Amino acid sequence: MIYDERLSKVSILGAGGKMGSGILLLTAIEMADLSFKKENEKFTFILNAIDVSDKALDGLVDYVRIQARKIAEKKIVFLRDIYSENRSLIYNDEIIDDYIAKVLSVIRPSTRLENTYNSNVIFEAVNENPQLKIKLFKQIEKNSDTSPWYFTNTSSVPISYLNENTELEGRIIGFHFYNPPAIQKLVELISGKETIPELSEFALEYAKRLRKFIVHSNDVAGFIGNGHFMRDALYGIKLLNDLKLEFGFAEALYIVNKVSQDYMVRPMGIFQLVDYVGIDVCKYIMAVMNPYFDNEDLHSDLLDQLFDREVKGGQNSDGSQKDGFMKYEKGRISAIYDFNNSKYVEVNTISDKMDSLIGGVPKNHIVWKDIIKIKDRKELLTNYFNNLNSLDTLGATIAKDYMKATRAIGLKLVSQKVAKTEKDVNDVMLTGFFHSYGPINDFLPWEELK
Amino acid sequence: MRKKIYITAGYNTISLGSGRKEFHPKKPRPDLEHYIKEAGEATLKIIGGAQNVDETVISNFNASQYNKQANLPGYAPYIDKKLKYKPSTRVEGACGSGGMALATGIKFLLSEESDVILTLGFEVQNTVKAVYGADILATAGWWKDRKDGHAHFFPGQFSDRASAYYEKFGREETRSAMVRWYKNAIENARLDPTAQEYHNSDSELETTANIEPNGKVFVDDLTVFDCSKVSDAASALAIMTEDGLKRCGIDKKDAIEVLGFAQAEDDITTQPEDPTRLITTEKAVKFALEKAGITKEQIGTVETHDCFSIAGIMSTEAIGFAKPGKGPDYVLKGNTAHDGEVPFNTTGGLIGWGHPVGATGVHQAVTIWQQLTGKAGDAQITLSEERPYGMTINMGGDDKTVTCIIYKTAD
Repeated sequence: MIYDERLSKVSILGAGGKMGSGILLLTAIEMADLSFKKENEKFTFILNAIDVSDKALDGLVDYVRIQARKIAEKKIVFLRDIYSENRSLIYNDEIIDDYIAKVLSVIRPSTRLENTYNSNVIFEAVNENPQLKIKLFKQIEKNSDTSPWYFTNTSSVPISYLNENTELEGRIIGFHFYNPPAIQKLVELISGKETIPELSEFALEYAKRLRKFIVHSNDVAGFIGNGHFMRDALYGIKLLNDLKLEFGFAEALYIVNKVSQDYMVRPMGIFQLVDYVGIDVCKYIMAVMNPYFDNEDLHSDLLDQLFDREVKGGQNSDGSQKDGFMKYEKGRISAIYDFNNSKYVEVNTISDKMDSLIGGVPKNHIVWKDIIKIKDRKELLTNYFNNLNSLDTLGATIAKDYMKATRAIGLKLVSQKVAKTEKDVNDVMLTGFFHSYGPINDFLPWEELK
Repeated sequence: MRKKIYITAGYNTISLGSGRKEFHPKKPRPDLEHYIKEAGEATLKIIGGAQNVDETVISNFNASQYNKQANLPGYAPYIDKKLKYKPSTRVEGACGSGGMALATGIKFLLSEESDVILTLGFEVQNTVKAVYGADILATAGWWKDRKDGHAHFFPGQFSDRASAYYEKFGREETRSAMVRWYKNAIENARLDPTAQEYHNSDSELETTANIEPNGKVFVDDLTVFDCSKVSDAASALAIMTEDGLKRCGIDKKDAIEVLGFAQAEDDITTQPEDPTRLITTEKAVKFALEKAGITKEQIGTVETHDCFSIAGIMSTEAIGFAKPGKGPDYVLKGNTAHDGEVPFNTTGGLIGWGHPVGATGVHQAVTIWQQLTGKAGDAQITLSEERPYGMTINMGGDDKTVTCIIYKTAD
């Protein structure tokens, strides 16, 4: 079956979710584009958007409509070309409207899993719960008459584990989008031990058509992205636990978050990132990963306790941030969680007290949003980190330790054979997490740092 | 000229659009009423009030589509109640509307119907995204050409001209001259606080603009730096007879005189005879020089219609400053720069100051008025005795509706 035919019948599981809706959008666009080809007139393009409840599917088509317009506006040159023979559509707006209608027409939202039974490709983007994934795959396998290929958006569950437990005989591949899929360029591609080569080829073609940047990760729980992020978060929590003895919980949280953002020139501090992904999601991912690593404990009591107190982070359906380690107003941190009395403290009362203790940022500091725009930024970063290295303020000391720790995490991913190369680790952090530099770098004299 | 015609009391609003610090595509912006009122009131104030005005000429390209508003003459009394029940006329010739408003005003004065005319041009384009604005702008071409035209219709038209020019006269030097044109435009815009590129602080303008065109995302033979931007602005001035000057109490040192003007029109349903030349512009310039009784060697500064850098370069040939194919060399030698032999577009032109379509022709005249009366601020140039005259060239569509006007200091 050629690429176009295989992609004419697709189902997305968890289509109403944050990841699922993005995957739905990109796949609908790709299917609409394929449907314009003359030789594809014989196919009916159907994209089943499956989710557990009507509520989850509510608003999904509106989301795709709005996003498809933005995408269509950007590719108007291409669209005018494919509409050149349609003489009745003349103006850009007419062509864009027609194209959006075409994109929407391939989508069939439904709560019924039965609709997937004649799909050639199943894209799974449900909760990070291995047993749920296996249950869904098994049900489709039992009823499907097409022996479909499975794409899983899992960010942590080994592909071989899913393959064996569902008896898919290699008809599954890991295709891990980053959030939000419509914008993030990175996809981690993970073949299991038995993944069939034709499926790998198909996945590469699909990624290429979606203009994604591929990093191949080995099939080890957590892969590269979460392999780094979960350990990064655990290191942040360890620092928090150390510092809280001296400064108090909320103060320590503030310090670690600020240093990991400002001093380390990242888009957000480590606790803001955990809030963004969700404390609950991080907890689940760690639980999935932990059994696979003998000499490590990928688990945090603090995350469990926060979860039990219903402090979970994550995002509301409108994209705004829910309360987690911190509270946010219009995307900015407004208050910090104090574990001892389960209350949030105004960020200003803490920053007034702590900023002078942390010390100012080193000379030549450039904020992340500016430096990320500069392509050749190595020299700027080298200068900056030289200045960081020469300081022994509280902030500089923590930043140096933290950078050494993340470097060790990165190197370990290579030695554990999660990542194939150091470059792959850095690529994932640069493109998937928008870091301004990779964790494996030469910015600091690592041997000299205690 | 049958009688002396003067221009005075010029005023430009800022040219708002990407590049200005005040501009944010998702935040509310001033509407067309704001621009009309600001520019109109400013000119009326200088000439002693609306009671001195006999009639109004308003130029605008396409408020019907950008702003869902037609019947624009009705905005004259909106500027000032004293214009109620006085004549008001709207003219439209696409990007050449402003020049047409000046020519119309001049002819009203020559007809002896009026002595003082308020002339105001405006366009508020940021109401739609550029991808949809492209279709609105495309109505400046022939509607039957739209379907097979480029998504970005006018950049497509001038990309085709650039392509023909590259082929006939060489690509490398032409591209270098286009990059230089951009640099001159931005540097000149930095001299005028109302310019859209006034805030541009790029220190490597030539490096920035020296990129290869990419037909997959834009057009085949132009980059975005070869194009004027989307702009919201209004420009106003007063055109008057000698009696008008007296009525308004305007000193001649604050006015300039129209030495000659010409309009030329080409058939909108046809493609250019020779895409490497602006033939209608050639005609308008020739007629205007003849009517003014001067030669091109006496022109000291030009405001030309550089909707695209290639159009700016081709206009140096249309005027006759450079032979066919030698416009790039003329520009690269620095002749059009602010300190060159004939400074072009001294406040940035369409690429640097902005291109609020229906206002552009009026803005050009305001710039010449500022230069010839010593009111150009940091952009001020000094004209030599041998080259004392200013010229504006305003072009509608793809060299279809052209007005050329020649100006001198008033005496």
